[in-house]
Amino acid sequence: MKKELTASFPKTPTGIAGLDEVTQGGFPKGRPTLVCGSAGCGKTLFGIQFLAKGITDYNEPGVFISFEETKTDLSQNVRSLGIDLEKLIADKKLRVDYVRIERSEIEETGEYDLEGLFIRLNHAIDIIGAKRVVLDTIESLFGGIDNTAVLRSELRRLFLWLKEKGVTAVITGERGEKNLTRQGLEEYVSDCVILLDFRVIEQIATRRLRIVKYRGSTHGTNEYPFLIDEKGISVLPITSLKLEHQVSNKIISTGLESFDQLFDRQGVFAGSSMLVTGSAGTAKTILASYFTMSSCKRKERTLYFSFEESREQLVRNMQSVGIDLEPYLKAKLLTIHSSRPSLSGLEMHLLILHRLIAEYEPKTVIVDPISSLVSVGSVGEVRDMLVRLIDMLKTKGINAFFTALTHEAGTELKDMTVNAVSSLADIWINLENEQQHHGRTRKLRVVKARGMGHNTESEPFSITNKGVQLKPVKQKKTGKK
Amino acid sequence: MVKEKELKYELRLYIAGQTLKSVTALQNIHKYCKEHLDGKYSIEVIDLLKNPQLAEGDQIFAIPTLVRKVPEPIRKIIGDLSNEEKVLVGLNIRKLADVK
Repeated sequence: MKKELTASFPKTPTGIAGLDEVTQGGFPKGRPTLVCGSAGCGKTLFGIQFLAKGITDYNEPGVFISFEETKTDLSQNVRSLGIDLEKLIADKKLRVDYVRIERSEIEETGEYDLEGLFIRLNHAIDIIGAKRVVLDTIESLFGGIDNTAVLRSELRRLFLWLKEKGVTAVITGERGEKNLTRQGLEEYVSDCVILLDFRVIEQIATRRLRIVKYRGSTHGTNEYPFLIDEKGISVLPITSLKLEHQVSNKIISTGLESFDQLFDRQGVFAGSSMLVTGSAGTAKTILASYFTMSSCKRKERTLYFSFEESREQLVRNMQSVGIDLEPYLKAKLLTIHSSRPSLSGLEMHLLILHRLIAEYEPKTVIVDPISSLVSVGSVGEVRDMLVRLIDMLKTKGINAFFTALTHEAGTELKDMTVNAVSSLADIWINLENEQQHHGRTRKLRVVKARGMGHNTESEPFSITNKGVQLKPVKQKKTGKK
Repeated sequence: MVKEKELKYELRLYIAGQTLKSVTALQNIHKYCKEHLDGKYSIEVIDLLKNPQLAEGDQIFAIPTLVRKVPEPIRKIIGDLSNEEKVLVGLNIRKLADVK
């Protein structure tokens, strides 16, 4: 995604993966942003990450005013997400001030204001030269103070004061029933409002983020899925699908010579996406493994997502047909990532795919089978996800290889996956088992191959312990564009 | 049981500059203590504008705040202390009249 300069409106990058794309640069610089959501939606972590990234990536010290958790609790809670608060504090880049309001020990009589809070905040900001401030969550004050009239006018003053101070602030708020926040904080903080949502759809938890408001700036209005894992928060921007990726004229092998010869140029274009469909037991994974081998032999890094078999199982099963993946695993040319699709939501999978791809920088990515993902999302969602995935792979010029399970009877499920992927794939190969009197005949057919002539016949093939043997290829090639 | 004469009140008043609220609070607490504590008290005044770092220790967020450090447990009264009844109850000070 291109970085667009917004000259008129200075922004502070949040450093939260994906969020800066969605907000086109970050939060409004020197102004407060409201982040609201129900309990457990990740508000506190959001704030912490905003500060931690500010320190590590942009050298902007930060102050965290916590109304709910002690310094120790906070520090422990975020440690598992790879953030070392104690170190940041020791380096004098971060200050955490826990404001504890114990209602039982407080009496109110006569007039007062919240100058004490202002003084603490000001002191914390000045002592480390903070550019970023997080107040988490200021609504706790409503539980500790009876005089809400004072509190409201003081909050108004606080937000004005923060602006004057020129710090970029994140104020968290608890989601209310009628309003965005329980105490209507959105009334005071109106420059930028972010809503975090956490819901469970069909037993799978999904987190979503929406920019409710961003005064003076364009922003995405969609709900963006986000993820909290050991790397903290990452938001998944739904990239605009511009078809402007570089294309390659390079030809790569599919890993099987006889298979390569089905194509006019004895192989497939590098950076293309390939789909192999077939019912159960039609050797989709074997073809995927050949493709993997071919990539590894070219000394290109390969990332294999296995949604049905564990790494060990895959390696063992492929050995039975004469494909040895082990040496490439050892040489770290090949990485197998296996997980059950139902373990997490679709976005989670996509984010993991994105992250691992960013991490390993592979030249080849295998997803086996992509149809498993259908079980965790609706058709529309799966299609969206695949569009995004394929788009991302294409932009990076990565060779993609997907397998998809289809059903013999041509059920709805078949249509779902195939419809979703087939139009996106550059090459589509269908595998079939033909039932005969004494067994079955395996058949392979190239359904389409963009930009390349190819054999259009159904080619019989067999699998032995030496691997796949395609029967001699007929020389009749009737290609189509 | 603690005997009456051994009981000494240690109070701390947090203010932020000489604002009307702060000055009123200070006058009020001096007056109540004189009336009801018969010399068995000390009042320390902390101006957070001069010593902002002291706010964190006693968890001060509102100004003015009166903190009863001794006897324990800690009690806090926020506001200009204009309601004598509330202050005395809040600090758990028995009125001299009641003692007699």
